[in-house]
Amino acid sequence: MAGGVSAPVTVRVQADDFDAAAEAARLTEGRADAGAVVSFVGLCRDEGGELSALELEHYPGMAEAEIGRICRIAIERFSLLGVTAIHRVGKIAPGANIVLVVAAAPHRHAAFDGASFVMDYLKTSAPFWKKEHFADGRDGGWVDAKESDDRAREKWA
Amino acid sequence: MTKLVYFAWVRERIGKGEEDIDLPADVKTGTDLLRHLKSLGDEYAHALEHEKVIRIAINQEHVEHDEQITGAREIALFPPMTGG
Repeated sequence: MAGGVSAPVTVRVQADDFDAAAEAARLTEGRADAGAVVSFVGLCRDEGGELSALELEHYPGMAEAEIGRICRIAIERFSLLGVTAIHRVGKIAPGANIVLVVAAAPHRHAAFDGASFVMDYLKTSAPFWKKEHFADGRDGGWVDAKESDDRAREKWA
Repeated sequence: MTKLVYFAWVRERIGKGEEDIDLPADVKTGTDLLRHLKSLGDEYAHALEHEKVIRIAINQEHVEHDEQITGAREIALFPPMTGG
């Protein structure tokens, strides 16, 4: 039953990298009711070679709680069998992983929608902030929030 | 005493990540809090210049600016979020 003990939510905020394949395998381990698993991995772009690193700041406690809240809404709404969300913090180099969302469901549409929903809400509601560091030593400053991200979230309303 | 915590450019402009302050009795809502802090010095006035942009969380939950803050244990002020 979705939302019960059989629909686990795993949320981690960590400096270390994650293994997307291992997390997806763990989510469906020991169960045979999942027909679909969708994994989304967000990576750090180099912005045409200009960027040397992104620095991710977060609000400890609230960041985990907010992602967990979003995951539980997704489980209810899309009848997911489980969600794992991992967000990295600290300095992240171009090409490296930033965020992972894995959604498991009986069928593919729910898994795709669930992962997409969690990402759209995470980007606009989970307390994380990105600062850019440029390769030429310039401090690129804090990344501005995008209206397109707000619109992406609003489409689920 | 109320614990205030700041993040990202709000933290940088104010010059500290957190502080405990005594709030006057007439500071009742998030909007009141922003106006009060802006009166405390140039760094606050600069950080909170564009009031509508500032997001507020009470006890680690998002709230609107007109929310009552009386009795809050921890109030956070921060810019729009850019994670993911």
